[in-house]
Amino acid sequence: MKKSIFAIALVFFVAFMIVAAFGMRLFGEPIISEMDDYYIQNAQAETGANNVVTTIVFDYRGFDTLGEATVLFTAVLGITALFREAAK
Amino acid sequence: MKNEMSRIVRTVTTLIYGFIIVYGFYVIAHGHLTPGGGFQGGAIAASAFALLVVTYGDQGVKDFLKKDILSLVESTGLVLFIAFAFFGLGVTFFYNFMANSGGLFGNSAIIGINPGDLNTGGTIPIMNIAVGLEVLAALGVIILTMSAGSKNTKKKENS
Amino acid sequence: MIGNFPYVAVAILIGLGFYTLIFKKNLIKIAIGITLIECGANLFLITLGYRKGSVAPIYTQAPEGMNMVLPTPQALTLTSIVIGVATTALILSIAMIIYKKYGTINTDEVRRLKE
Repeated sequence: MKKSIFAIALVFFVAFMIVAAFGMRLFGEPIISEMDDYYIQNAQAETGANNVVTTIVFDYRGFDTLGEATVLFTAVLGITALFREAAK
Repeated sequence: MKNEMSRIVRTVTTLIYGFIIVYGFYVIAHGHLTPGGGFQGGAIAASAFALLVVTYGDQGVKDFLKKDILSLVESTGLVLFIAFAFFGLGVTFFYNFMANSGGLFGNSAIIGINPGDLNTGGTIPIMNIAVGLEVLAALGVIILTMSAGSKNTKKKENS
Repeated sequence: MIGNFPYVAVAILIGLGFYTLIFKKNLIKIAIGITLIECGANLFLITLGYRKGSVAPIYTQAPEGMNMVLPTPQALTLTSIVIGVATTALILSIAMIIYKKYGTINTDEVRRLKE
């Protein structure tokens, strides 16, 4: 009983997502891209690096990378704490 | 605990793991010029550690893959990253104070399509190296710890 | 002419992930389902940033006179992938601990939590 309710909900969820996929804007034609065009045009002059993705990761949006590094550090901390008996 | 793999796998691993680590560091060092960067290069180099652990077992790699040293490298990478973020605090946090300054990594890039110059990018190559070391050591610690833990799990389950 | 089929692929990936989360009892399979949902989210971000007939946003030896795809979704996906690796490692470690304590990773048989 519970499983059939879950199955019906899942079918509706996937059906709505597929309908929404066809209702979205066309693939390959972004509508709003002012910020990305600014990055592409000015990243070389402002930071001197050729790779625009690396420029965004480490310069324009460095806070994201800081949080990501903290998450990775915390995961290592958690795993080491989980296996602390095995480490001895 | 002798859970080594066959002689073929051991020989190929011994031949190849140095090249994998060097390729990982190549990807890290050229992160600001070519596709790649700290995360990807660190993951490539950590895959060499995974290959070693799979081939020789976690007892066989005990002598030259030490968890304490890897933890130290990880903390060093994170501290280096945050330190170079703080050095730009004269303007803002994460300000790229070394770009276009003429010093270390300070050449300005040729605007437009160019073959690439390694001495550009300001703090970006240094942060690449810092994050690369951090990811490399973090994945190494995860692989070593889970390998040791899996052995322990089997033993408890049999008793 | 591929239309909007990348978005349909995203919907199918996320649907398969939720199917795995709801109907499977094995903890390893649940971890695989969570990873599938992550892959769907990453693929969605990447497809949002694609621009037709463009090259990767890297100036080293790039082809002449081509547009470039949007770089911000790629950068955010890069962050997301590493976080996914970290969370997957943590999930699998907890599954190993549960197997050590209970001798099984079937969520229905891990009964001692209820008593």
